[in-house]
Order: sequence, then C-alpha cells, then structure tokens
Amino acid sequence: MKAAIVIFPGSNRDRDMAVAIRQSFGNYPIIIWHKETEIPKVDLIVIPGGFSYGDHLRSGAISALSPVMRTVEMQARKGVPVLGVCNGFQILTETGILPGILMRNIELKFVCKTIRLKVENSSGIFTAGYTSGQILSLPVAHNDGSYFADNDTLNRLEDRDQVAFRYIRTEGVLFGNPNGSMRDIAGIYNDNKTVLGLMPHPENAIYPFNGKADGQIFFDNLVSSL
Amino acid sequence: MRVTVYIKIKPEVLDPQGTAIARALSDLGFAGINKVRQGKIIEIDLDKTNAIKAVSDTESMCERLLANTIIEDYSISIGE
Repeated sequence: MKAAIVIFPGSNRDRDMAVAIRQSFGNYPIIIWHKETEIPKVDLIVIPGGFSYGDHLRSGAISALSPVMRTVEMQARKGVPVLGVCNGFQILTETGILPGILMRNIELKFVCKTIRLKVENSSGIFTAGYTSGQILSLPVAHNDGSYFADNDTLNRLEDRDQVAFRYIRTEGVLFGNPNGSMRDIAGIYNDNKTVLGLMPHPENAIYPFNGKADGQIFFDNLVSSL
Repeated sequence: MRVTVYIKIKPEVLDPQGTAIARALSDLGFAGINKVRQGKIIEIDLDKTNAIKAVSDTESMCERLLANTIIEDYSISIGE
C-alpha cells in the first residue's frame, strides 16, 4: 500500500497528511513537487490542504495549472483513487476533476473549529469504513469552503449518490453548516466514486487520546478498500 | 495595447462580500443602497496591435484561468 502526496508552494497540511497515512498504511507516502510530470505507481494520490499560491485569483486556480495536475487528471481518469482535502478539494474543482467550486465562506470569516458531519454515502472507497448516516466530528479550517454548483449539477450529484458528507445543521444555530455550502455539502465524489474532495480534515483527527479519532477510521478503512 | 477584463459574480450566485459592502455603506449613512455586487478588474498590457486578436486571446485567458464561469461572468474592453 503506497500513497503519494502532491505539494505546491503554500501547501501546509502535507505533513499532517503524511503522518495520518503512515499511521494507517505503515509506511511514509512519497512526496511529489507540483513541477513534476510523473507520479510513480501508487494506490492513492493526495492533494493536501494549505494555501497554495496564496489563494491568488481564486483558491486553487493557479495550482490547477501546475504540470503535476495534468498527470493527476490522467491517473484519475484511469481510476487511480485521488483524495483532495480543503485546498486539495479546491484544486480538484478548479481542474474540473470534481464539479462545482468552493467560494468565500458566507459569513466572510475564516472558520477553524470542530464540526459535526453526516456520512451520506458509505458505498465509495473512501467512506466504506463508515455507515451511511453515521455522525462524525472533524475539524475544518478554511476561508473558502462554501460549495457552489448549479441546480442541475447538485441534483445530479444527489441522484448518483455522489454527496459523501454533509454538514449537520444545529437547531438555533445559523449554520451548523460552517460556510454556507449549498445543500450543506461538505464532500463529494466524482461519478465513479474514485475521487473524493472534502473540506473537513480527517488527517487532523487521528488520535484517540485527544478525543478526535473519527479521521483515523477514514485512513484505516483505505488499507482494506484500496 | 491595454485590455481590461471585468469579472462579476453571476446574478444568480450569492455575493456575501457585496452584501457586507452594502451594509457598511448604509452604516456610513448613505441612503437608498439597494444592492451591491463586487468583482475584479484585471488590466493586461498586451504586446499586440490587432484588436480582434487581442480580444480573442483575452477570451481564451478568461475561459482558461481568469474567470470561473460556474460563478462568474466576464467582459472585455480594449483601451489605448
């Protein structure tokens, strides 16, 4: 079991991701600089969180043009599993590997907290370790996490069970949905469920001793489903 | 030749920054602010003299990078 993490100038969750992957996979992932055009044969490609290119123009827009993303696109098309977390999700939407876009948080504030979310779909490789409807606590830390797509796209995502995670609205709180995402979407699959993008950070919830281990299951599950 | 690209959030897409600006303008005492929409202006100094070619190149820039047409509309104007 081998993973590769692609890094850009401004990536900053790559080490957290590497630690989470090592804990579950038993080995350290390969790190690929964004100027590379080749990715060795791996079981999983990860685009980590951060602020690549300082979020200039739009989050993920400049990184989407990096040479390595052409390779990621090709590998994704061949069915190699790809995971994009936070800025990684933004980059995947900007390349068009995933539909929609992540816009500025609706309350115009950087949101950094632990949120509750629901597993909408446990049939994909990244969510098979959970049960559908299971409630998780995972941290979010982003400025541009408001998922937007037109109604046709949103309907299609729902019809094809591509919504992987949703924020849970809490009674009396304006947004249990922390950023104003349409239909409370926190994470989506591509149409054959081999690519997942999500705003919450499973890699930052991997230790039971600090009470946040819902992300550990995410990575442990990958060992059996990849 | 200078080309100016105007990028606006599509009318049907929520623009929380525009809403915040509208609120702030009202707080400053400006009456009758109905709505504010904000966007970006990008000025490009182009090494071209043919306006038609300049526009078609800039359109291509907008489609490939400058605008995300899921949420943004763009228009192009040629100056100087």
